[in-house]
Amino acid sequence: MELYAPIFVLGGIGAGFVVLSMVVGAIAGPKRYNRAKLQAYECGIDPTPQPVGGGRFTIKYYLTAMLFIVFDIEVIFLVPWAIHLDALGMFGLVAMLLFLVNVSIAYAYEWRRGGLEWG
Amino acid sequence: MNHAAYSALETTLAAPVITQGPPDIDYGLLSPMLVIFAAGVLGVLAEAFVPRARRRVTQLVLALGAVLLAFVLTVSLVGALPADGAGIVVAFATVAVDRPTLFLQGTILVLALASLLLIAEHGQEESSFAAQAAAVPGSEEEREHVLAGSQHTEVYPLVLFALLGMLLFPAANDFLTMFIALEVMSLPLYLLCGLARRRRLFSQEAAVKYFLLGAFSSAFFLFGIALVYGYAGSVNFADVAEAVAGGGAGVIANGEPLLLAGIALAGVGLLFKVGAVPFHNWKPDVYQGAPTPITALMASCTLVAAFGALLRVFYVPFGGSVWEWRPMMWVVAILTMVAAAVIAVTQRDIKRLLAYSSVVHAGFILTAVIAASPEGLAGAMFYLAAYGFTTVGAFAVVTLVRSREGGGEAGDLTQWAGLGRTSPVLAGALGLFLLAFAGIPLTSGFIGKFAVFEAAVAAGATPLVVIGVLSSAVTAFFYVRIIVLMFFAEPAEEGPRVLRPGGPTGVVIAVGVAATVFLGVYPGPVLDTMLPQPAEAEVAGEAPTDMFAR
Repeated sequence: MELYAPIFVLGGIGAGFVVLSMVVGAIAGPKRYNRAKLQAYECGIDPTPQPVGGGRFTIKYYLTAMLFIVFDIEVIFLVPWAIHLDALGMFGLVAMLLFLVNVSIAYAYEWRRGGLEWG
Repeated sequence: MNHAAYSALETTLAAPVITQGPPDIDYGLLSPMLVIFAAGVLGVLAEAFVPRARRRVTQLVLALGAVLLAFVLTVSLVGALPADGAGIVVAFATVAVDRPTLFLQGTILVLALASLLLIAEHGQEESSFAAQAAAVPGSEEEREHVLAGSQHTEVYPLVLFALLGMLLFPAANDFLTMFIALEVMSLPLYLLCGLARRRRLFSQEAAVKYFLLGAFSSAFFLFGIALVYGYAGSVNFADVAEAVAGGGAGVIANGEPLLLAGIALAGVGLLFKVGAVPFHNWKPDVYQGAPTPITALMASCTLVAAFGALLRVFYVPFGGSVWEWRPMMWVVAILTMVAAAVIAVTQRDIKRLLAYSSVVHAGFILTAVIAASPEGLAGAMFYLAAYGFTTVGAFAVVTLVRSREGGGEAGDLTQWAGLGRTSPVLAGALGLFLLAFAGIPLTSGFIGKFAVFEAAVAAGATPLVVIGVLSSAVTAFFYVRIIVLMFFAEPAEEGPRVLRPGGPTGVVIAVGVAATVFLGVYPGPVLDTMLPQPAEAEVAGEAPTDMFAR
């Protein structure tokens, strides 16, 4: 059981931080509403009013989703490789470079298909 | 978990994964898969940089060239294997290259070539794929794309990536590699299912169903892997086989239930991909909704790959506990052969009927899996090759028979009445394929059924074979009914429009007919290469784990 203690402590600190910041924010923070605060955060479409027949996201957001996956997956694999760079040696370096080349090909497709035009 | 068990697990986990110096990987043995992968990646680059007008030709040349090259490499690898019939493990023992692997990979590549020809068919009508899959069906935007002649040439790289998964699936030598192959194979297929040009909502529904059910089955498979890992302390097939043979000298004491649950869950995942009852529900809907060339790809290549993986998992890592999994397989095989044959009788749509027929055939091949002998392995592999050619040919015929209004495929069987009088050659080809499905002598279907049933009887599964023969009698009824409908019924008032087979489709049908007849009349050379020689059979018969070394 004592093996799990660090996990529980970490979970407790995490939950405590959330509760603390929300409570402190609600008590001490100023409340002045304006138009910008009611808009969708940073990106995305307005969730209301919904169009007739259901308000679905158009499937064309796949380009945005692809962009997310390209960089997300890249970082997930880069971090453990960077930590064990010494042990993995030249083989690891070449393997990771090959992986990056493959990921960049998805990125090139994304770019040519207009996934980076945010207009 | 107490401390002692934890530290035991720790020592297993802490085994060095990284060796000193660069690992020695024989890339030559992996070359067919590497070629297909490289062509897929180049295909994505071509999508990005080749002008729209030249994309289709570029993709087609790339895909067909890669599949041909991979096939040549696969054939040349047969000579590279050791002469004593053993296999070689490559890349940290994650991939096994042996005779069954190469036979299945070669079969998959040839069938993929045929499916690619169907996908490429563009002759008198538009292709089978949506002009712009992201456009809402029936919308103004969709009409614009149809008028502008847009097309998704991404289909070709997607097929190549799926093909990579299919080549790796039966070759995987550990559970994690197998799971990755399963996903690499499945994800492009989910997408391809939703790209039909006509009846698009239907096609999208099929894709969503396939995706949801496929995701569930992958989860089952993964959970099974986790339990087997808990039992054996390794995901490598040889290590698991050793732990199973040693009666649980693995990580956890008295871990038998872990192993049994693991076999059951991994079995569910694989049986889903194969489409055995009660995990068959996706098959009719997906086969019907998907574009027919993709249905042909799934019915032939995916089935071969999935059965290859199923055979390897149940013969190599779980080979030592054959007495535990055999009863479960009996139940699944009987359910598959009986239920699917009965449901198929009531079908009115040709694609649904071929889907249920595929389920019944999966049941027949399962009888060879139950045999758990070298003969069973050889019989199953022969059956897969024979069935693959026949089914690709049958779906090629389906793409040519169109309904009068709308130009979609004439799925409803009433429209097929009298086809034998209006287009005798096409109806004759389909008739031959249906006879092969039914297992009539002088077709490949007969030899395949004979091989799997013979192996099952030799392993003592005679009741199963009796049920199998009865089930084939039921299926023969509805195959013959279609033949009677085509040749002896009056042509329908509003009969279908039959397209003249263009180059690619004509080649596929001709190859299907040739393979069906050749494997039926002269199966000797193919069967002999798969069966063990008498001297080796004794060794193989002693230890089931050695079967794949053949």
